[in-house]
Amino acid sequence: MQIRVNERSWTVNAAPDTRLLYVLMNELQLQGPRFGCGLAQCGSCSVLVNGVETRSCVTPVSGVEGKSVTTLEGLPAWYAAQKKLAKAPALHPVQQAMIDEQAVQCGYCFNGMIIKSAELLSKTPRPTEAQIRTQMNGHLCRCGTYPRIMKAIQRASVAMAGGGR
Amino acid sequence: MIRRDFLKAGGALVVGFSLRDSLVAQEQVVRGTKAGPPDARQVDTWLAIHADNTATVYIGFAELGQGASTALLQIAAEELDLDMSQIKTVRLDTNVTPNQGGTYSSASINRGGPQVRTAAAEARLALLKLASAKLNAPQDQLSVSKGVVSGSGRSVTYGELVGDKPFNVTFTGTAPVKPTTEYKIVGTKFPRNDTPAKVSAQYTYMQYVRVPGMLHGRVVRPRGQRMYGAGAKIVSVDEASIRAIPSARVLRKGDFLGVVAENEWDAVRAAQQLKVIWETPPALPGNAGLHEHMRTAKTEDSIVLERGNVTTGLSGAAHTVSQTCLGPYHAHAPFGPNCALADVKPDSALVMCSTQDVYGTRNSLSRLLGMPAEKIRVQYYEGSGTYGHSCYDDVAQAVTLLSQLAGKPVRLQFMRWDEHGWDNYGPAHLGEVRAAADANGKIAAYEYQGWQHGWSNTETSAQLIGTPTSEWPGGGVQGVNRLTCGGMYDIPNLKLVNHKLPVTAYLKGGWLRSPLDLSFAFASEQAIDQLAYLTGTDSYEFRKRNMTDMRWLGVLDAAAQAAKWTPRKAAANLSKANLVTGRGIGVGTHLTSYGGAVAEIEVNKETGRVVAKHLYGAIDAGQVVNPGFVESQIMGQLVQTASRMFKEEVKFDQNGVTSLDWASYPILRFDECPEVTAVVVQRLDQRSTGAGEEVMAAAAAAIANAFFDATGVRMKQFPFTPARVLAALNGAKSA
Repeated sequence: MQIRVNERSWTVNAAPDTRLLYVLMNELQLQGPRFGCGLAQCGSCSVLVNGVETRSCVTPVSGVEGKSVTTLEGLPAWYAAQKKLAKAPALHPVQQAMIDEQAVQCGYCFNGMIIKSAELLSKTPRPTEAQIRTQMNGHLCRCGTYPRIMKAIQRASVAMAGGGR
Repeated sequence: MIRRDFLKAGGALVVGFSLRDSLVAQEQVVRGTKAGPPDARQVDTWLAIHADNTATVYIGFAELGQGASTALLQIAAEELDLDMSQIKTVRLDTNVTPNQGGTYSSASINRGGPQVRTAAAEARLALLKLASAKLNAPQDQLSVSKGVVSGSGRSVTYGELVGDKPFNVTFTGTAPVKPTTEYKIVGTKFPRNDTPAKVSAQYTYMQYVRVPGMLHGRVVRPRGQRMYGAGAKIVSVDEASIRAIPSARVLRKGDFLGVVAENEWDAVRAAQQLKVIWETPPALPGNAGLHEHMRTAKTEDSIVLERGNVTTGLSGAAHTVSQTCLGPYHAHAPFGPNCALADVKPDSALVMCSTQDVYGTRNSLSRLLGMPAEKIRVQYYEGSGTYGHSCYDDVAQAVTLLSQLAGKPVRLQFMRWDEHGWDNYGPAHLGEVRAAADANGKIAAYEYQGWQHGWSNTETSAQLIGTPTSEWPGGGVQGVNRLTCGGMYDIPNLKLVNHKLPVTAYLKGGWLRSPLDLSFAFASEQAIDQLAYLTGTDSYEFRKRNMTDMRWLGVLDAAAQAAKWTPRKAAANLSKANLVTGRGIGVGTHLTSYGGAVAEIEVNKETGRVVAKHLYGAIDAGQVVNPGFVESQIMGQLVQTASRMFKEEVKFDQNGVTSLDWASYPILRFDECPEVTAVVVQRLDQRSTGAGEEVMAAAAAAIANAFFDATGVRMKQFPFTPARVLAALNGAKSA
């Protein structure tokens, strides 16, 4: 089976019903998506599928054939393509904002937090606090970093409006 | 050979070293090849100076997401006069890092800080001796900046002095430490060193570790633990039920059951499809009967603290309050279930896991395998935040058993229901408080009686292979806490009584961030608040009136000032509207440090929904090495406290636990996340104490008191679910 991940084509050996997460972690050896619940409840396994945030822990790998999968690793390039930048930045602005806000504690939920934030900012460049709370509500954090994640999203929104750093 | 190189590279290196010290150099072994712990009195155990003038510090505390790995480097860099860019640490490894005890009780800076500081000071002293000889300048005329030692108009770098060679220096016990007034790095908000990797998919969490030739494993257990002590007994296993997954193998030892497969998805499916019949377990009290069961059970009673005469103090006072408060079991529920990897050979074992204590885990695996501890190497890889004794030891034991049974390396990922269902829960609690105040608003008497069981000391995997269940030794932190239960007030007549329940008749218990303190403060600080109310005094003013300890007053004032607290009696602004607001104040701690908090909440009297709008938390943890990290810790504690007070409760019925995922064990989400304000009361001249859990009790109390301020009703049980809130409001109406 061929799947397209981070703008590269991969041949995978997994059975078609294998959940995408296990293919990304084991065959592609990526360190963005990660196992959290296996039930699509928490968001730690999130990837973008054709730009839409998707829970890879419940998505059969066959379900993404012919689609474009973006993981945390491919997010800066995905952002550059969205913004028609000549060169991909080292980090998506929301990744940089998470560093600037020192939002991370254990960091395990941040794959999903960043993927979802990137999707949110691509659709709603200047989200209100209420929009952020609603859009991010399907992503859980156990360390209690929500307040700084919200600040980081707003910071990234400003940075993106200022020329797509 | 090592000694020869050593001397050649060092030039005048032997100056200041004894003959014995240079002989030791011949015995120097390559780091990592010998079972630890290394000798804690040797500088080499703690520090290596490299030729490029950078340093590696060997630290025995785990990075759990709290920033300890950065903060401990700040301490070392400060003493050594290195820049933070010149210093790094390594992962915990029983063949490499020193044994500083476990990373719990908020001990990283409290206990680990002085150890790292001493080691760095000893290393600095040794380096200055070398520099003195090299530069031909007296030691007291040397100065150091960024690892460059200057004196007599010349300079030499640490790297040139030692450059990847061992120090071979024993601690002198007299190395001077830097006066706090000269600190440049300690006390500053240095950013965390792990954040860039963590946001960019470069960080290797335990869940990503792989070794060649390994199998993927899963455990097979009933969904949800049964009574601790009863285990889970297998009646039959139908191996034919997974015949459709040819690569999967069933592994069993006693009642310990698992599957392994070359492919992870096969292991996941096999574990779910394997048909197993389990014996019906003995009956648990279930949530509904829990606290009644606890209150009437036979207990082991002890007086934790007593002074004056509580009975006379209570009977003669102008105002008295008496109440019973109930707290639930809470789960650690790490966001990523625990994971571990083991390669067990007949005479040695390598185990990679997310333990809070690599040496402790090595001992438990030694007992499990019947293999000497020195033959076992345990390496730490960070998983997701654990907040206490989650299933990290159990997963390490389980994967060790699977690897031994399979004869191959095995990686084991617990599923969400394994982690949620077989956790060492923070125990449930029942607290009875009686307190009294005189007509002047001074607390006259205080009595706290608490019921709870202790912590389990037998992991599930060990239990399933037949190891008898046992109780975690030592009672202090598993029972009524003399600090959180009234310890901050000047009370002439006081009595604290602990009623210890049997550990085996309930769920498996363990330490969970600020163990029991949310329950203690919920009961205790509501009683204090009620006395303030009865005496017609503002809640903040009443507490100030009953405190003399400047550090308690400091955090109380800091929280009140952050919240712009204005004096008025609680529940003075009761409204008939459906949506009402309230504010509350509270103080508390765990073992050390001082916590104060203010809560502003909103209660919907129609739906029973309670939301914290703004939480303020203040901590005095003595000398704070990195105020930014402590602010993060306060933020996390405030949000997690809101989650635990409003949402979290482990559900179980007669057979076992039914809270198995985020749907059956809800936690706080973005939509109800409060605004938070964190205040660090910095005291550079005081010993550093813990900062990872001490605001939670205060915040729990503040939330409960804010509910009273909003509604005029005292909550007797948390979490404040809508059903419980409506029942309390309706009960008060009909009363």
